[in-house]
Amino acid sequence: MARLVVLGGGVAGHTTATFAAKWLGSEHEVVVVTPNAKWNWIPSNIWVGVGQMSKEEVTFDLAPVYAKAGITYKQAKAVSLNPEGNESSDKAFVSIEFTEAGREGQTEEIEYDYIVNATGPKLNFGATPGLGEGSQLGEHTVSVCTADHAVHASKKLEEAIEKMKAGTRQKFLIGTGHGMCTCQGAAFEYMFNIEHELNKAGVRDMADMKWISNESFMGDFGMGGLHMKVGGYVVNSKLFAESLFAERNVSWLIGAHTNKVENGKVGYELLDGTMGEEEFDFAMLIPPFAGVGLKAYAKDGSDITSTVFAPNGFMKVDGDYTPKKYAEWKAADWPKTYQNPTYKNMFAAGIAFAPPHIISRPMSSPNGTPINPTPPRTGMPSGIIGKAVAHSVTDLILKGENAHLHEAPMTKMGAACVASAGKGIFDGTAAAMTVFPVVPDYETYPGTGRDTDYTFGEIGLAGHWIKHVLHYLFIYKAKLNPGWTLIPE
Amino acid sequence: MKQEELNFEKDQFAQTMIPGKFAKSMRTCVLWQLIRFAILNVKMIIVVQKSH
Ligand SMILES: Cc1cc2nc3c(=O)[nH]c(=O)nc-3n(C[C@H](O)[C@H](O)[C@H](O)COP(=O)(O)OP(=O)(O)OC[C@H]3O[C@@H](n4cnc5c(N)ncnc54)[C@H](O)[C@@H]3O)c2cc1C
Repeated sequence: MARLVVLGGGVAGHTTATFAAKWLGSEHEVVVVTPNAKWNWIPSNIWVGVGQMSKEEVTFDLAPVYAKAGITYKQAKAVSLNPEGNESSDKAFVSIEFTEAGREGQTEEIEYDYIVNATGPKLNFGATPGLGEGSQLGEHTVSVCTADHAVHASKKLEEAIEKMKAGTRQKFLIGTGHGMCTCQGAAFEYMFNIEHELNKAGVRDMADMKWISNESFMGDFGMGGLHMKVGGYVVNSKLFAESLFAERNVSWLIGAHTNKVENGKVGYELLDGTMGEEEFDFAMLIPPFAGVGLKAYAKDGSDITSTVFAPNGFMKVDGDYTPKKYAEWKAADWPKTYQNPTYKNMFAAGIAFAPPHIISRPMSSPNGTPINPTPPRTGMPSGIIGKAVAHSVTDLILKGENAHLHEAPMTKMGAACVASAGKGIFDGTAAAMTVFPVVPDYETYPGTGRDTDYTFGEIGLAGHWIKHVLHYLFIYKAKLNPGWTLIPE
Repeated sequence: MKQEELNFEKDQFAQTMIPGKFAKSMRTCVLWQLIRFAILNVKMIIVVQKSH
């Protein structure tokens, strides 16, 4: 009997664990180690953050689902990896610390034959003074990155709306809380959902709304922007994004590294080196992401963290991490199988793998401060990678260690993104976009780096319906309800 | 003045495009959006299939 340990029960880890358990059957064991008791459909946190959904609607308990799937579930966080075992055993193991009520702080070592790191991001609020401490959100701003954060954000929004109704203008500042953030799409959705709610509440004219972002141009989204088909034209996402903001009278401040957050005020540095300040009454600033800080030790106990993980804490996989100039970046640098090059029984999936380089053009201010978005790894790529890794591990276990590994490079994979611009069955809208491939490949697609036949976008009620249907569909799938394997990632 | 023209007054918005009343109304026109819903689903399924 072989044991696969999956670290992280989010989009990627849940996909890996559930498919591996199905394909491996009861002769082998799948263990999930994840600190959360509930699974969260993170994209719908946006609607929780504007009071249009409850926390219960976007989460469900993992324990019964894993029991149904025959998966061993440890509500714990992984702390360190010993891929060579230790002095008393050659068997690889992971050290975990329980977070489950009543067992907090207890530790355990779990031996494994294969391990998949799908621990996602550490929400690194602590990277910006005043934004928070470590992975804890600070007191000055709100967040929608977790369901609990979103519940808190919704309360603060309600308070702001009450103030506006009582005649006090409010300034909304939404965007990124650091020069190296990704996930601009989530902030973009939250901004537009707030705007939609303010209109519904009849207080839009009492609100000043501003976008602050580390993107060097509007619509970069950490993908270096994209050229997409809109209304028969191929247009740059800059025009599309600027148009959406201008239409809603939301101004923008871009190329900005937020370097300080205080009560009602952020400090920033721009790409041209200028320093400035922006006041706010309500701010939602996405934190930068880092790896969750797992350590790795060799058999003799020496620290091999830098062998297994990149400096940002994400796990090294089969990408080409040689530092290169922007002009030399190639699609082939990106990982295909997500196998760790040193320890072949170790894989990473979703946000947890280290990208070989950013996708947007690297930029920094004259003071040397890097200000550019880091690569997004949205839900669809995270799920597809998680499934490919599950396939590889299953084959390695069932067919032997020379089995062919499955590939899911982000240079040959598209992403369908539906960015909500307001919820409502008849008055909601969302920007429905697809991009192919996620990472541009200028050798295959000279010009825009992407296939414009499969890269398009449009905004409307249909997009909102799709987003709403996807909410129910993905929760249905994650609960492993009948036919779940038929629903694509 | 039309709302979209008002927004063009802001320097930052002057060089982009802003939809007029008709384009905006089509975004929430249920009949048209039902058609778009079908088309978008097909387009997205193609991209999803190409990616797996
Ligand atoms: C507000 C918001 C809106 C978004 N909207 C969209 C959208 O509309 N469409 C889209 O495609 N994507 C969207 N995304 C991105 C999407 O949520 C991510 O791409 C996806 O969640 C990444 O999956 P993952 O499994 O890598 O990470 P996660 O889903 O974050 O899962 C990581 C898991 O690892 C666990 N973990 C953390 N530390 C440890 C540890 N030490 N040991 C074990 N487990 C650990 C975590 O608890 C979590 O369960 C959004 C993101 C945000 C924040």
